[in-house]
Amino acid sequence: MPLGLNIGAPVRVYSGSMLEVTGLHKRYGDLVAVEDVSFVARPGEMVGLLGPNGAGKTTTVSMIAGLLPPDRGEVRIEGGVVHGETDPVKLRLGLVPQEVALHDELSARENLALFGAIYGMRGAALASAMESAFDVAGLADRAKDRVSTFSGGMKRRLNLAAALLHGPRILLLDEPTVGVDPQSRNQIFSSLEELKRQGKTLVYTTHYMEEAERLCDRIIIIDHGKVMANDTLEAVRRLVPSVNVLEIGVENPGQDGWLDGLRAVEGVSAAAWDGSTLRVTVLDLLASSPPVLVWLNEQNYRCSHLSSQRADLETVFLTLTGRSVRNA
Amino acid sequence: MSYTAFQALVRRDLRLFFQDKRAVTMSFVAPIVIASFFGYIFGGVADDRPPSKIVVAVVNQDNSEVSGKVVAALAADAALDVKSRPLEEAREAVRGGKTTVAAVIPPGFADRAGKSFFRGGDKPEIQLLYDPSHATEMQVVRGVLMQHVMEIVSRDTLGGPSSQRVLDDALRDLDKSPDMKPADQAALRRMLQGVGEWNQRQQANPQAQANSGFSMPYTVSQEAVTARKGVQYNSMAHSFAGMCVQFILFMGIDAGMVVLYQRRSGLWKRLQAAPLSRYVIIGSRAASAAIVAMVIMLTVFGFARVVFGVRIEGSLAGFLGVCIAFAIMTATFGLLIAVLGKTPEATRGIAILVTLILVMLGGSWVPAFIFPQWLQKASFAVPTRWAVDGLDAMVWRGSGFDAALGPIGALLAFAVLFGAVAVWRFRWES
Repeated sequence: MPLGLNIGAPVRVYSGSMLEVTGLHKRYGDLVAVEDVSFVARPGEMVGLLGPNGAGKTTTVSMIAGLLPPDRGEVRIEGGVVHGETDPVKLRLGLVPQEVALHDELSARENLALFGAIYGMRGAALASAMESAFDVAGLADRAKDRVSTFSGGMKRRLNLAAALLHGPRILLLDEPTVGVDPQSRNQIFSSLEELKRQGKTLVYTTHYMEEAERLCDRIIIIDHGKVMANDTLEAVRRLVPSVNVLEIGVENPGQDGWLDGLRAVEGVSAAAWDGSTLRVTVLDLLASSPPVLVWLNEQNYRCSHLSSQRADLETVFLTLTGRSVRNA
Repeated sequence: MSYTAFQALVRRDLRLFFQDKRAVTMSFVAPIVIASFFGYIFGGVADDRPPSKIVVAVVNQDNSEVSGKVVAALAADAALDVKSRPLEEAREAVRGGKTTVAAVIPPGFADRAGKSFFRGGDKPEIQLLYDPSHATEMQVVRGVLMQHVMEIVSRDTLGGPSSQRVLDDALRDLDKSPDMKPADQAALRRMLQGVGEWNQRQQANPQAQANSGFSMPYTVSQEAVTARKGVQYNSMAHSFAGMCVQFILFMGIDAGMVVLYQRRSGLWKRLQAAPLSRYVIIGSRAASAAIVAMVIMLTVFGFARVVFGVRIEGSLAGFLGVCIAFAIMTATFGLLIAVLGKTPEATRGIAILVTLILVMLGGSWVPAFIFPQWLQKASFAVPTRWAVDGLDAMVWRGSGFDAALGPIGALLAFAVLFGAVAVWRFRWES
């Protein structure tokens, strides 16, 4: 993994917000995809948009990138609003789409050359940017190979590199680690942390809590198109200060709705089954744990193990929305 | 920035196309193979070889000298391949498609034909059994049969061994015709007696007898009017023009499909996020498709030139003009598919159907002059008709550049229409 990463033009010091999103609203027929989403992102800051699939994260990013016109609201990039398809303000943005947006039939080098050229890059500047991008992706030795021969993780890394060629100051990353192996994921994380150190602004959508906890300075929890929380990681955690989570292994879980009774137990604020573990959020660990175990015993559920932990982002999401982010 | 992006996008499209073995096969090999096949079965390269003969079965139920001469004359005709068969066998051969026409000469044919020659009345009937899928050949056989029967029956009636008996019978019947005016009776009697006298003279001179009877009162000379005197028609020229048009349109469909797939794959998000106008994206797509279309046309016609000797007998500039106009039209046709289509799967079938209709109406499969009049006129409403006519005019008709102006203008007008709709209906999202 290369260190001393230096992609594109240096970030100029900007006194205000690099990115200012105000009151974004998007509707598809009767479905409100995004409702009044507002936030700001500063230089060197990584903002995580956290929520389950269908929460409105991609729609929000699409509106920021200019892919979708908002019904209401405004996006300001370094104080400027994008006007029209060819507005140079768009040069300040880099987009890493959720899809692996590459040409499988072309080599990695040909792909990057194309994506650099669509930003008007050529000659020595393009060659230099491509070299740096290959370093970011850790794919310098595979530059001449066709993308179709790459693993999923390598494609994701190249997908990220393609967005960096023109030296954007703001990077929009829409679930950039979906389907990525742990090694590639760590490589992507290291690259993003380096970019952040260089002062770039990153907006990162994910439904992986641990990613948001590791990478993001600011967390925006979004569900059903609405912002449920918007603050630093610690501040978001403090939203549920006394919350504890019981993690219980259940050998014979019930059918749909089997947890409804548990949610009615006094002291239980949420309960979710992720396929292997039952996560029960309680306000008072000592007072609420016995009734939970009694209920499970009365319903003839067999428990294999039991543990408890402090609130993490998953717990916060569960508490705020009443459902697990991964099963939502 | 726009020009750099435009160049890069065109280069990408060309590289993707020429790396795609299926696309290259469909666009280059398929038109060459199919055009060669159609060109061959519709006549191939013109030369002095005789055309294919029509297979005819003759059922001679008369077995007279006259019917035998008719069968022999048919067998000697250059247009026919004659085989004598029994009736049922002949019928079965027609039904099975092994024989195009069967001519059944009935019993008593010679006798009744001779009598009917002067008096009409009880004419013998030659039955033609024909394959309904070869109605045109049946008309040819009918004409050839009429010619030989008239020549042989008239020769037999006016100079053959039975001619005097036929004339005597006719004179007897004349006397039994009370309704005929006396003056008419007298005139006809004089003519029959004169024919009888002529017969007797001819029978005394066997050499002259052979030349008696009716014969075709004219001869025919043929000249295929092509580009220039001495230049032979090469059916490969039309065949290659038609197949070129068809498979280039298929390439246009693929160009449109690629846009739909790219939009689905997220590649368009990258383009949209960049400061690029839709005109750069649409224009680069159109330019690359037009370049590919030109390469296909020049390659396919180059093959036809080298292998089958198809020459541009008309204006080379006109030929290139039609090719360029058609290439641009195809490119905008592909764009139209891209902007109107929703998903690649749903769009492909409709696009192929539309293309096949365009190709059919344009005369790529069969020349447009075979169509009914109204359809010939209506087919000018499709661009393929202009393309095929324009290529035909420049390649084998040997027309000048002025004859290319109409097709070029029409094709460019279609291109402007398709391009305008493509820009109007363009949308970024799928």
